Amino acid sequence: MNESLTQLKLSNGLQVLLKEIHTSPIISQWIWYRVGSRDEVPGLTGASHWVEHMMFKGTPEFPLGVLDRVVSREGGYSNAFTFLDWTAYFETLPADKIDIALRLEADRMFNSVFEPNEVSSERTVVISERQGSENEPLFRLSEEVQSAAFRVHPYHHEIIGDLTDLYSMQREDIFHHYRTYYVPNNAVLSIVGDFETQSILERIRELYEPLAAGSQPTRLVRIEPPQAGERRVSVEGPGETTYLQVSYRAPKADDPDFFALNLLDSLLTGPTNLNMFGGGVTNKTSRLYKALVEKELAVSVNGGLQATIDPYLYTTVITVHPKHTASDCIGAMEAEIKQLQDAPPPVVELERALKQARAIFAYGSESISNLAYWMGFAEMFASVDWFTTYLERLAAVTPADVQRLAQTCLRPQNRTLGVYLPNTTTP
Amino acid sequence: MTIHSLPGPDDIVRRELSNGITVLLRPNFHSLSVVVTGYLSAGAIFEPDDKLGLASFTALALMRGTIQHDFQQIYDGLESNGASLGIDGGTHSIGFYGHALAEDLDLLVGTLGETLRQPVFPADQVERLRDQLLTSLAIRAQDTAEVASLMFAELVYVGHPYSRPEDGYPETIRSIRREDLVAFHEKHFGPSGMVISIVGGVDTEQALESVTRFLGDWENLNQPIQPDLPSLKPLSGTISRQVNIPGKSEADIVMGVAGPPRRSPDFLVASLGNNILGQFGMYGRIGESVREKSGLAYHASSSLSGGIGPGPWLFIAGVDPNNIEKVIALVRQEITRFINEPVTSEELADSQANYIGRLPLSLESNAGVASALLNLERYSLGLDYYQRYPDLIRGINPAEILETAQHYLHPDRLAIATAGSFDTPG
Repeated sequence: MNESLTQLKLSNGLQVLLKEIHTSPIISQWIWYRVGSRDEVPGLTGASHWVEHMMFKGTPEFPLGVLDRVVSREGGYSNAFTFLDWTAYFETLPADKIDIALRLEADRMFNSVFEPNEVSSERTVVISERQGSENEPLFRLSEEVQSAAFRVHPYHHEIIGDLTDLYSMQREDIFHHYRTYYVPNNAVLSIVGDFETQSILERIRELYEPLAAGSQPTRLVRIEPPQAGERRVSVEGPGETTYLQVSYRAPKADDPDFFALNLLDSLLTGPTNLNMFGGGVTNKTSRLYKALVEKELAVSVNGGLQATIDPYLYTTVITVHPKHTASDCIGAMEAEIKQLQDAPPPVVELERALKQARAIFAYGSESISNLAYWMGFAEMFASVDWFTTYLERLAAVTPADVQRLAQTCLRPQNRTLGVYLPNTTTP
Repeated sequence: MTIHSLPGPDDIVRRELSNGITVLLRPNFHSLSVVVTGYLSAGAIFEPDDKLGLASFTALALMRGTIQHDFQQIYDGLESNGASLGIDGGTHSIGFYGHALAEDLDLLVGTLGETLRQPVFPADQVERLRDQLLTSLAIRAQDTAEVASLMFAELVYVGHPYSRPEDGYPETIRSIRREDLVAFHEKHFGPSGMVISIVGGVDTEQALESVTRFLGDWENLNQPIQPDLPSLKPLSGTISRQVNIPGKSEADIVMGVAGPPRRSPDFLVASLGNNILGQFGMYGRIGESVREKSGLAYHASSSLSGGIGPGPWLFIAGVDPNNIEKVIALVRQEITRFINEPVTSEELADSQANYIGRLPLSLESNAGVASALLNLERYSLGLDYYQRYPDLIRGINPAEILETAQHYLHPDRLAIATAGSFDTPG
């Protein structure tokens, strides 16, 4: 994987990752900024995501109505994502059309206009996006669990922000956020596809080297104190279905224990799929599926952990069977966890989880967009080596590591437990 | 550098087995994996009204146990190898999709053959699955977009199979007995009309041999052919229906008409026109009007489904319940403009470039190519379709788009379904 990977830093601090792949005449460009919802203080929650929206509202060179069409016009597709730790923009295009995307991203790093009327009109769009999410019981439950799990750390709030802040934030707040974090020395450019490294690098230098480095933005650091006991929340809302979310404090992505927990998750709820594009594997032979769904305590169970800079959460979401309760599911889940705490899993079970991880990695590696995503993504919380050594580090996990993680991470005192209770009498 | 070419007669292998199965193959030796996907001619169109959801229930139950293997054994075989297979029901067909490492092709095709041909519908698994389906329907009843879509289908497709949900209603799912699944499978599942597409790092002959071995001797002499669709009465005016779902922050609007079938000569023209209307860039003219200029919705767009019959031409938006009428009026305005003025040459050129340019991107993955091959067969497009496609798109002009739009769309002849919390104070 590392063979044709080029890594360098421009004089203004922009980090560049390039990988040639010539199987299809396609190039995928991703630009990553080290800013996400964890960089927002109360009053400004949702600012990173709102900035992401404003990045499609035009620059003098690519005005509104042009910027959002240039990629489509060339047959490409583009999108953007705001996460806890980062914000990313990508364009995947026919290889001979990539220049427009290179120009666009270099331009809007500095020149997005944030025209006041557009900021104002986007306020209601973002609120509408939040309202759409609020229609979903699992969003409402997840928001409550997340805020209970983090009292101090800014992982406390949802990425989209609190409604009160979405109403009160002003254009200056959003623009200041943009100017603070959107500088070349706070960004990573990852490009994969059908290009020649030297020629695309020359073009990148032409476009980006005139951009001056800014003050290095300081990430907001508020360390979450250790959790001293189980936390429980409940949410009531419409519907007939009860949901249970169990979230354990989890290691950060560059902690070796992250990989042990990854395999532990595979055993409990099926293989983790960190691909943005690419297939996964079902989880019907996982331990919790057998204990909960096959025993008809639940109708579905899914789990996963996020790769983050600071310790975040390992989360399992259970749709409770209509004839049972969340408590029944918690009891059965604890019994399964206890087995892993009492004895290490068989080696053969870890080997099986590894084959699943290799297969998922192979599915994801076939997409050029996914490879470009992975390279930049890994830089956001560790380094590109995290991606290239991912399978090796999984393979190094021992049964004793998995047992230790079950003992240390999956303790009730380390979790926040949330239940969504249907309240069909809500007017 | 490897020069990529669009799939065509020179690199797609098409074989018909003696039992009626059509096999489409395109190797991709850059890939470590393989996709196996396709469909059978047995869908919800064969269900009686009192057993809606039967085809889908049957399809989902196939992998719950066979003569040779129980549920856990079937999934253990797949998941232990990082493979995945799913079978589900549609209106005209039962679809399947699976992927695996290329070395596990036989595992995938073998599991497909076994579950299609020898399911035993274990009683306990059927009941477990029924509970899961009923929970899905309870969740559906709380989903404003899904409920508005169901209402829309009832308004537009009166007396037509497209008015019926493929996943049924709670009362029909409760009424389906295990014997119904057995009988539906016995009568309707068979090789006639089955299409299977295999794309990935496998040799053509090896793939053909695998399909022949696991499915080549399948027979069902009583398998019925697809019934003709009844004709559909066009809307004579606008009909609206509103469904109240308490406790929701946002309402969903689903409005539109029945559009052209995929095989209709109108389809590609309507599709390109629709791209201008509600897809291109940030959701075309609809997105420009509802989202960009008015800030009334995060999502507002239009879509055209095509399909075997007259699939819907839809306009959808998720909005604050207080803004529903404003958004409906804006969509109507855009429909009025679309049927009164030809699209501009710039708009047309943009969408033509978009359609032609994105084709290779959609064919980047094994899954994309496998799905594209199925479309060739399902809609009789011809193996050279993707090579002819750029010229077909370039040949479309504004007058044709206008004429097609006028044929299907009228601002005063629409079905409008909305779902959300409309009785919330304030």
